[in-house]
Amino acid sequence: MSEISRADVEHLATLAHIAMTDAELEKMASELAVIVDSVKRVQEAAGEDVPATSHPLPLTNVFREDIVGHVFTAEESLASAPDAEDSRFKVPAILSEDHDAGPSSVPHEGGER
Amino acid sequence: MTHTTDALVRLTAAEMAAKLRAGDITSVELTQAHLDRIAAVDDTINAFLHVAADEALETAAAVDTTRAAGGAAAESLHPLAGVPIAIKDLIVTKGQPTTAGSKMLQGWMSPYDATVVEKVRAARMPILGKTNLDEFAMGSSTEHSAYGPTRNPWDITRIPGGSGGGSAAAVAAFEAPLALGTDTGGSIRQPGAVTGTVGTKPTYGGVSRYGAIAMASSLDQIGPVARTVEDAALLHEVIAGHDKKDSTSLPETEYPEGEVPAFSAAASTKTAKGLRIGVIKQLQGEGYQSGVLARFHEALDQLQGAGAEIVEVDCPSFDYALGAYYLIMPSEASSNLARYDGVRYGTRVLPEEGPLTIERVMGSTRAAGFGEEVKRRIILGTYALSAGYYDAYYGSAQKIRTLIQQDFAAAFEQADVLISPTSPTVAFPLGEKLDDPLAMYLNDVATIPANLAGIPGISVPGGLSDGLPVGIQFLAPAKQDARVYHAAGALEQLLNDTYDAPLWAQIPALEEVAR
Repeated sequence: MSEISRADVEHLATLAHIAMTDAELEKMASELAVIVDSVKRVQEAAGEDVPATSHPLPLTNVFREDIVGHVFTAEESLASAPDAEDSRFKVPAILSEDHDAGPSSVPHEGGER
Repeated sequence: MTHTTDALVRLTAAEMAAKLRAGDITSVELTQAHLDRIAAVDDTINAFLHVAADEALETAAAVDTTRAAGGAAAESLHPLAGVPIAIKDLIVTKGQPTTAGSKMLQGWMSPYDATVVEKVRAARMPILGKTNLDEFAMGSSTEHSAYGPTRNPWDITRIPGGSGGGSAAAVAAFEAPLALGTDTGGSIRQPGAVTGTVGTKPTYGGVSRYGAIAMASSLDQIGPVARTVEDAALLHEVIAGHDKKDSTSLPETEYPEGEVPAFSAAASTKTAKGLRIGVIKQLQGEGYQSGVLARFHEALDQLQGAGAEIVEVDCPSFDYALGAYYLIMPSEASSNLARYDGVRYGTRVLPEEGPLTIERVMGSTRAAGFGEEVKRRIILGTYALSAGYYDAYYGSAQKIRTLIQQDFAAAFEQADVLISPTSPTVAFPLGEKLDDPLAMYLNDVATIPANLAGIPGISVPGGLSDGLPVGIQFLAPAKQDARVYHAAGALEQLLNDTYDAPLWAQIPALEEVAR
C-alpha cells in the first residue's frame, strides 16, 4: 500500500491552491493511496530502453506572419471577470503583510487593490 | 399535433435533411418539434443545462426563408442546413452560457465560438442548447456534474455514461438528432454504448479542439454523437478539417483541395465482406459482464457470416493502459485547470476569515468552485508531477504510451479494424460507483487505448442485455476514420436486418415514465 499521509495531501493542496478541510485531507489521502497503488504498476512495463511519448502524433512548429489579427476589446475580455475596474482585472493583494516590509515594496492599505 | 412531433423527432438526421430539401417539412417545424420534446421530457432526463429556443428558431426561420426563395443561395445550403443539434457544455459558444458542468464557470459567457461551433453555424444547423456533463469532463456517469446527474432514457434510475452523458441522452431521448461531444478517455463512446447510440472519437487532430475547454490536451478530441452511423459520419464531415487556431490540428496537406474524407460514403458501404477484423485479446474476459460478452460474440458471428475475416490480435501493453491514463490525464488536467484562479473568469469566493491575499482567495475560490472528482484529479496530477515521483509515474506512463502505439501498429498489420466491447458493463444504477473512484475509472478500460495512441474509434449499438444497450467498439489506424464508419455501418445494417428495426426504436416512451 502506497504511503500517502494527510500531511502529503496538505502539501499537494497548497501547491494546487485548493483550500481543504481536515476531513477532506483525510479522505483524499486514503483515496489517493488506493489509486496510486493501482496505477503505479506502469513501472513494471516501462523498461529503460523504451522511449517516452508525450503526444499521439508527431508535432511540428507552426508559424504565421506577425500580423495583428482579431483581438478582444477590454470590455469583451472583462465581461465575465469576477471583478474589474478601469478596463483592468481587479485582483486581491498580491503581497501579504509579511512580504511587503522592504523599502522597495509598493505601499498599500491592505485588502483588495 | 403530438403525433406529428413524435414522428418528426424519431427520424434520422439524414431523413430530416431529405425532408427539408424536398420541402415536406420546414426547419421551424422540425426545431419546434425538438423544443417541444425537450419541454416534455427533459425535467426527467436533465440532458440540457441551457436551452436556446429563440436562437434555434431564428436560425431555422432563416434557413426556411433561404430555401423558399430558391436560386443559388438555396442550392448552396449545406445538406444538414436546418437540422438541429445540441452541444456539450464543454465547448464554448458565443451568446449561450458555457459552464463545463462546474460551479467555477456558472454564468460565464464565452466571448468567442469554438471552431466546431463556427462550422455548425456556417452549415446553418439550429443549436438547441448545451448538454450536461461530468464537471470539466471528469467522470463516466455524468454524476459529477455540479448541476445534477443526467438520467438514461432506457432506465431513468441508471447512468447515461460520461462524461458526455447529456449529449448521448439527448440523442437517445429524441431531444436532438445530433450532438457534439468530447472524448478524452471514452467520453463520447462509453455514453454511446450505454444509451444505445452512436459516438465517434476522431483521429487526434482531425477535428479542431479550439474552444473545447481543455482537460488533458494530448488526449482530448471533439466528435459526433448520433443515433445512426450515417448521421455520425455526416456530422463528422461538418466539423473535420485543419484549423490554424489549433496547433495540434492535422496539417492542411492532409486535406487535398480542402476536402475532408467522405465518411458518410464509408458509412453507406454497409458490407463487411473482405474486412479483416482483429479481436483484441486483452479487451474481453475478466471484468466484462456476461451479457456484454454475449452480444459481442454475436456481433463477431454476424460479421463473420457476412464475409468478414476475424483474427485475434495480442496487445499486451493494454493491461497497463488504465494506469498510464490515470497518470497522464490528471497530470495534464492539473496544469490545464490552473487557469481557474478567480481573477479572469467565473467565480471568485473570498475566504471566510484572514487576510485577502490572492493566494488565499485562489484557494477558497478553487475549494468552492471545484467538485470532489476535479479536486481528486488535480491533487493526483500534482502528485504524479512532483519532484521525486515524476520519472517513476509520469515518465513511466509516457513509456507505456509508446508500447501501446507499438501494439496497435502490430495489430493493424494483421487487421483493417479492431473490435471490442465499448464498455465492460451496461448502464449501472445512479450512485452505485460514486464513492469508489477506482471502480468508476474501470468503465474506460476499453476506450482509453485509442486516446493514448491518438487513433479513431466508434461505438455502435450491439443489442441489449437485460433490456439495456451494449456497445461495440471499432478502432482504426490514425487518419483512417473512414474505416470505423465502414465497419460500424456494416454491423448496424446486419443487426437492423436481424431485429427488423434499429435498436433505438425500443427506447421507452418517456412521457409515461415521467408520470
